[in-house]
Amino acid sequence: MTQITPAPRPEDLRELIASQMHLEGPLLPILHAIQESYGHVPQSAVPLIADALNIGKAEVHGVISFYHDFRDAPAGRHVVKICRAEACQAVGGTAVAEHALQRLGVEWHGTTANGAVTIEPVYCLGLCACAPAAMVDGRVVGRVDAARMDELLSEAGA
Amino acid sequence: MKDFIIPWDDRDMGTPAKTGKPVTLTVDGVEVVVPEGTSVMRAAAEAGISVPKLCATDSVEAFGSCRLCVVEIEGRRGTPASCTTPVAPGMVVHTQSSKVRKIRKGVMELYISDHPLDCLTCAANGDCELQDMAGAVGLRDVRYAPGENHFEVRSSGEANARYIPKDESNPYFTYDPQKCIVCSRCVRACEEVQGTFALTIEGRGFDSRVKAGMAGDDFLSSDCVSCGACVQACPTSTLQEKSVIELGTPERSVVTTCAYCGVGCSFKAEMQGDQLVRMVPHKQGKANRGHSCVKGRFAWGYATHKERILNPMIRDSIDQPWQEVSWDEAIGFAAERMRGLQEKYGRRSVGVITSSRCTNEETFLVQKLTRAVFGNNNTDTCARVCHSPTGYGLGQTFGTSAGTQDFDSVEHTDVVIIIGANPTDGHPVFASRLKKRLRKGAKLIVIDPRRTDMVKSAHIQAAHHLALRPGTNVAVVTALAHVIVTEGLADEAFIRERCDWDEFREYAEFASDPRHAPEAVEALTGVPAEELRKAARLFATGGNGAIYYGLGVTEHSQGSTTVIGIANLAMMTGNIGRTGVGVNPLRGQNNVQGSCDMGSFPHELPGYRHVKLPEVRAIFENAWGVQIDPEPGLRIPNMLDAAVEGTFKGLYCQGEDILQSDPDTKHVAAGLAAMECVIVHDLFLNETANYAHVFLPGSTFLEKNGTFTNAERRINMVRKVMAPLNGYEDWQVTQMLANAMGAGWDYTHPRQIMAEIAATTPSFAGVTYEKIDEMGSVQWPCNEANPDGTPLMHVDGFVRGKGRFIVTEYVPTLEKTGPRFPLLLTTGRILSQYNVGAQTRRTDNVVWHDQDVLEIHPHDAETRGVKDGDFVKLASRSGETTLRAQITDRVSPGVVYTTFHHPDTQANVVTTDFSDWATNCPEYKVTAVQVSPSNGPSDWQEDYAAQAAQSRRIQAAE
Repeated sequence: MTQITPAPRPEDLRELIASQMHLEGPLLPILHAIQESYGHVPQSAVPLIADALNIGKAEVHGVISFYHDFRDAPAGRHVVKICRAEACQAVGGTAVAEHALQRLGVEWHGTTANGAVTIEPVYCLGLCACAPAAMVDGRVVGRVDAARMDELLSEAGA
Repeated sequence: MKDFIIPWDDRDMGTPAKTGKPVTLTVDGVEVVVPEGTSVMRAAAEAGISVPKLCATDSVEAFGSCRLCVVEIEGRRGTPASCTTPVAPGMVVHTQSSKVRKIRKGVMELYISDHPLDCLTCAANGDCELQDMAGAVGLRDVRYAPGENHFEVRSSGEANARYIPKDESNPYFTYDPQKCIVCSRCVRACEEVQGTFALTIEGRGFDSRVKAGMAGDDFLSSDCVSCGACVQACPTSTLQEKSVIELGTPERSVVTTCAYCGVGCSFKAEMQGDQLVRMVPHKQGKANRGHSCVKGRFAWGYATHKERILNPMIRDSIDQPWQEVSWDEAIGFAAERMRGLQEKYGRRSVGVITSSRCTNEETFLVQKLTRAVFGNNNTDTCARVCHSPTGYGLGQTFGTSAGTQDFDSVEHTDVVIIIGANPTDGHPVFASRLKKRLRKGAKLIVIDPRRTDMVKSAHIQAAHHLALRPGTNVAVVTALAHVIVTEGLADEAFIRERCDWDEFREYAEFASDPRHAPEAVEALTGVPAEELRKAARLFATGGNGAIYYGLGVTEHSQGSTTVIGIANLAMMTGNIGRTGVGVNPLRGQNNVQGSCDMGSFPHELPGYRHVKLPEVRAIFENAWGVQIDPEPGLRIPNMLDAAVEGTFKGLYCQGEDILQSDPDTKHVAAGLAAMECVIVHDLFLNETANYAHVFLPGSTFLEKNGTFTNAERRINMVRKVMAPLNGYEDWQVTQMLANAMGAGWDYTHPRQIMAEIAATTPSFAGVTYEKIDEMGSVQWPCNEANPDGTPLMHVDGFVRGKGRFIVTEYVPTLEKTGPRFPLLLTTGRILSQYNVGAQTRRTDNVVWHDQDVLEIHPHDAETRGVKDGDFVKLASRSGETTLRAQITDRVSPGVVYTTFHHPDTQANVVTTDFSDWATNCPEYKVTAVQVSPSNGPSDWQEDYAAQAAQSRRIQAAE
């Protein structure tokens, strides 16, 4: 099952862009607002943002691609991020990550076939004292082992 | 690479030059004085010491990313990057300590660990800064084991996800990401030098890559305008000219001048023997300062295009096929016919058209041909159809027929008015320089019916865009004057000192009349009154105000009036006679300024002196040993009228395609068809040649010596880099024709022609080839008073004495819209094509513009049932043609726009024969038209194509 979401309408995108234009340096707030509304920053938004801010389309692309958290396609219903930084690796983070990937049958940044879970690597959640760490839909989880990961993934519907 | 012509200092100084008070420092024991704000790297370069570098180059600001240029500075901690560290008084810098050597070697080792080692087969071999720096830092070995990289197509059997294949979408250069060291020089060149912002760095960290446009774009589909600044900035072969990939690195270079637009960019033609490898804009070129556009840098392939005609051809009548003959036979045939026509129809039955694309020397000879050999003044040039109103208007008000500034002046301007010009397309290098100034805060007012890229594009936006109705320039300019006068914004001190006060009073009275108020003319011009008032206030009070204008001003029935109005605006605001201000026509062709200076007009001898003046005639009569006809000759439209009447029979037309470029194509064709001897001297069988009896092959700017004069009156040297493929430079051909008619000229080099020009023309009195060689270029007037030329005109007083205000009454054009022709057509050009396209259509530039399209507003399109890309019929009272529609809101409702680059569209079959009241400059910019859906070519297009095919036949050699 793939999620069917209607393509964002240009007028809606323009409205979202306009809502942030009063800010100083509005590009990042605009990208956040769009991602919040649509779960990703659609390509069709790039020329509109470039036009509104009077900058090059390439510049907008440069900023979007700099930040891993801006998506170019919608994620699954739940996003699970697993820390792959040094502290987590030192206490078994790699094994947890491999377990999760194997169970879901996807690669990093992949989404399960039923559209339930997107899995992503992250480099440090600031939870080194409780490593290995993960994050589910913005909520951090500490001391994750294979069993806890299974639990989290099941809850998410994978 | 050696420069065998002139030993220019072409070193890369690392960072741009600065101006400021002098600072003294010591670099490696050498004391050096540089302006405040200069980088340590540049100071070292001034002292003759090259600090290793990769991400720095002197065309863009320092970035500090490669860390190769680190130095040690006494009293400072660490190893600062010399490119981003400004000098300080008394600084002691060491560029070569063991510490920095070690750092550099380590940095270089890291760079090379992610770079393919295929130097021997790389296109940049021998011209690669990465290679040079590896040598300079003494890199002897790379200790890193192969790992993740960007250059292997497959690593350990699997496809390498980081490898990106070469982007070959641009016709002139390739982007090869595997060679990229992500120094960002290309991205910065695109932003700082060109101002297009088409490139970025995508991703972060090890994933960082140079990217054109947004996701999914390649170079061709991105905003890239192919100026090549990125290619020039690239230190490796990542961005590389395809010509270098094919031919290899050049071994010598010759400094010459571009033969496209009136900016007059200096280039280094980089050669292998007589094979041109690439054109690189010359850093010391004072017009372009090391920048160029797609035409000058890349579009030179026409010089060797297979359609170029290399042998002379003749025919008795135009329905016959061409017959290739020897030069002697062709010249003899032409001379005999011309003499015969003069005997039969009189001395004044023949004439010449000089070229704005040929050199000053060649133009001088062509007008000399008609004045000294034909014995009449029947000479005209394509300036007739472009900037003749500039000559008249500025001559009347200021006293000279040329722009007042040099291009450097734009760096000091605060408010710019652009009126009737589209510099990003027509004068791209000037546009880049202007955009740079705008990004630094200068304000811009655009007066144009169309929303050009100057109105709004990345990082620039006009403060005011006055989108007037075509044909109402005079009303708008006078309304601006109205606001300035009635709101007390005029610079009275300047006017009292520099201008005729009584004339100003008269003009002020005229302008303050309520009928010229913005509110009164709003309905006529379509410009909101409040916007116009704000624009006037901004120009009058915003600091240094400069006006740049183009053919949107001149090509109207009131072209001369608008030029006068512009001059009035500049004078009443005190914006004349210093840096950063002035009135500047953007001249269309490379040497249109020069062709006017050289006496191409029927009433003026070289130097804009009227032919009726006996003292002027005497100068030339003495020099040439002939009598000069005191009667002015025929202008181009008069020649054509006279031909139709049967009194004008023979024409020598050098390097101009009047059939395509002049208005009302049908009338031009009828005129040409009525002549008995049309001699076309050109590179290609152009449209005019369809009606010619003699075709003399021309030479390109690469094949001749001479000079071009650009829009800033700058006389630039054109240097021969290869022998003419056709056998002769154009001045030699003119000389052969003149001699066949009994002239006895014996020039052996264009420098002798320039000596004759200098001897007879006061504003060129001090010009010699030696002086141009020595100075690089010189701006006329160059004479005893100004031995090194004149970058700024009218500094202490106007050339004519007091600046003259002339009343500018608005008289609407007779070309009016009505029920049958409700839309207004205005014409212009596009970046990738040049004029009638004879050159650029024969290059890969056609990938950007392979046909002329009609821009139409969505509202007008909808009411006519026209969809984007549809074939439409464009009809006026003069004629009709068909082309494809492009729906865009760049044009206002009621206005349509097209270009005139393609002969199969022939926008000029639609334009009318209305023209400027003073100079006959045709009204290309206003034609009442109707647009309707169509199935295909109009009858006229089909007939024309058939006639052209018939006329272009060349008889097979027997």
